[in-house]
Amino acid sequence: MSAHIVTNTGVDNRKFAMWTLIGSECFLFGTLITNYMINRHRSVGGPTGPEIFDINLTTLSTFDLLISSVAMAMAVYYCKHKKLRAMQWSLAAVLLFGLFFLGFQWYEFHHFLSLGLGLSTNIFGASFYILTGCHGAHVAVGCLIIGTLLVRSLIQGEKWFDYDVVETCGLYWHFVDVIWIIIFTVVYLFVYI
Amino acid sequence: MSNHGAPSSGLWSWITTVDHKKIAVLYALSALFFFFLGGVEAMIMRTQLIVSNNDFITARTYNAMVTMHGTTMIFLVVMPLSAAFFNFLVPLMIGARDVAFPRLNALSFWIFLFGGLLLNFGFLINEAPRGGWFGYANLTSIQYTPDLSADFWAMGLQVVGLASLIASINFFVTILNMRCKGMTLLKMPMFIWTTLVTQILLFLSLPVITVALVMITFDRHFGTGFFNPGTGGSVVLWQHLFWVFGHPEVYILILPAMGIVSEILATFSRKPLFGYSVMVYSSCAIGFLGFAVWAHHMFTTGMGPWATIFFTAATMLIAVPTGVKIFNWISTVWGGRIQFTTASLYGLSFVAMFTLGGLSGIMHSSQPIDTQHQDTYFVVAHFHYVLYGGAVMGLFGGIFYWFPKVTGRLLHEGMGKVQFWLFMIGFNVTFFPMHFLGVQGMPRRNYTYAADMGWDLWNVVATLGAYMTAVGGLLFFFNLFYSLKKGAVASADPWDGRTLEWSIPSPPPEYNFGIEPEVKVLDDFWAQKYDDKGTKKPSPAAPKYDPKAIHMPNPSYWPIALAAGITLGAAGFFLRDIGLYVSLLGVAVILISSYGWAYEEA
Repeated sequence: MSAHIVTNTGVDNRKFAMWTLIGSECFLFGTLITNYMINRHRSVGGPTGPEIFDINLTTLSTFDLLISSVAMAMAVYYCKHKKLRAMQWSLAAVLLFGLFFLGFQWYEFHHFLSLGLGLSTNIFGASFYILTGCHGAHVAVGCLIIGTLLVRSLIQGEKWFDYDVVETCGLYWHFVDVIWIIIFTVVYLFVYI
Repeated sequence: MSNHGAPSSGLWSWITTVDHKKIAVLYALSALFFFFLGGVEAMIMRTQLIVSNNDFITARTYNAMVTMHGTTMIFLVVMPLSAAFFNFLVPLMIGARDVAFPRLNALSFWIFLFGGLLLNFGFLINEAPRGGWFGYANLTSIQYTPDLSADFWAMGLQVVGLASLIASINFFVTILNMRCKGMTLLKMPMFIWTTLVTQILLFLSLPVITVALVMITFDRHFGTGFFNPGTGGSVVLWQHLFWVFGHPEVYILILPAMGIVSEILATFSRKPLFGYSVMVYSSCAIGFLGFAVWAHHMFTTGMGPWATIFFTAATMLIAVPTGVKIFNWISTVWGGRIQFTTASLYGLSFVAMFTLGGLSGIMHSSQPIDTQHQDTYFVVAHFHYVLYGGAVMGLFGGIFYWFPKVTGRLLHEGMGKVQFWLFMIGFNVTFFPMHFLGVQGMPRRNYTYAADMGWDLWNVVATLGAYMTAVGGLLFFFNLFYSLKKGAVASADPWDGRTLEWSIPSPPPEYNFGIEPEVKVLDDFWAQKYDDKGTKKPSPAAPKYDPKAIHMPNPSYWPIALAAGITLGAAGFFLRDIGLYVSLLGVAVILISSYGWAYEEA
């Protein structure tokens, strides 16, 4: 399946498909972010963002996700230069930082629940959970993909160096990261303006 | 690895097929099955409305009919029938052996089929969706629809939408990446261009309805209240989200038919398509402006003057590229040697009917007029002229035009022409009077009407026209069965066509092209057959090649398994007690099939 087909654009089909999916995902997250922007001040009861956000914690988890993107870029670089061990370590780092991020989100959701903000408490909570939850689901899928790459690389060793696949997965990971930066700005930082 | 050992016929070969031509046939057969269902629903509605105060069906049943007729015809007939044409024609017209991702292509079909069945499943337990094809909030809220019908609607559409999303990415990549040597963008056939724009509209608009449907599902199952004003939500938000998807959707329905008609009219006028590059730019302009007109569906929600002015202007603007197209089709036919085959009759009627529907559409861009027409039969008349007189007529033209290429036999022309006139006259008799009913104030979607409103005559006429169309539809199904068995055997190029698919045998071999074609000009196949003065060139000797040396992808059962997993995951939302377990089972099937898929040798 790693056979490289000559294409009109010169871009691998799978990579092209990932770019297309990213275009589509922009509209998905665009809709969710717009929905959050519309609804964030419309709650009729219950706690909202400024009362419960812990900016220190979220900054840390944002930093964690950014570092994971650095590791991803390193994995792509080492894959291109056929450095197997370095690529595997980089992929392991991506996976680890991704799982950390999910842990942060798990803790955050749990904490908010204990403060009395459930999914059905108010319109702020519903919009917040559906947006950040959707992003978390994307990170989880990303972890699954990166984990699969890592396992496959560990089993097959030098035989398996599919640069197009690693780069395509990297595109996805970076995109999910970029989306988080927008969410972090819109959801957590807009509280201060 | 090649698949010469794999069976090429039998049920298993259809279930595991990744051949774009077989998938096209599966799409077409499913779409025609749903066309029959949607048609029956229409007939039941028209029978109910034939006289005032009728009690043929109850209001509840009528609501189910009105909802499922619209949902079925849009998502389960016109979209998959267009997808059948994308599947069959895109690789053939661009000179490729298959689509970019053959297994994803099979996956799209199976998800679509299972999603379509899921949507209709409610009929079996008497809980068919009743909230309209637009599912306006708060009709779909748990308060007003406590039974499962809105879940069938939301989850069914979610699954069908996923199928379209996967297919759109696949075709987008195929068209931009898999063209044969020499086929630059402006040498692609017009149908490929309209397909390309359609895919862009699909993968950019579907995520919006995906989010909206997730919100409905959350509102119903987890009490979020996005569309509940009591908790700070808004019912108008649903309308915005729905129409941000819904208006590009209108162009998703009509653009493929426009491409089909462009091919048909050029072939049967024996002239190149007039103003090809302007047609290309018009299609792109329609695609772009299609995202900026959604709120003309919402003029009566009180958006304020600025939004109203913007959407009025944008809607008027989008008529310009559409009008350009109509003039181009007329100029294509003008001065041509027109052959009146069934396909060309459908193509010509498309131009006329679509123009009528377009004119009433322009009327609706004006907010004051639209306010008068809102929710009356005038709107029903308008969109049936563009979607039935336009999209469906164009797609039927495509069926008659490409049937010989798909099956190797021609559809019976005599029966086809009778069917065409039954459709054409029946359609106009049904829907033209609805303009009158609309301006007389008859509201749409109501299951009956009072006797003293002066609406009786035109309702009788409309119903009789609908029955006429039904006879035409039955004749078409008979024609299909008859022609498959006894139809005249078609040559490779029965219509003296212009595009690459006519250069290979009918039906095409599995690998499509023995030797990958090379294109020099637009309508290259025509240029190979005729010189500039229109005299026939001697046909070159058929090139020699070894079919066994051609690599084709292997069949796979993972697509249908993955589609089943996705459907199970969605079905969990209908089952009150064991629902969570069913959804988790679905997720497990999805994971297993994804890994089976990834590790399978394609």
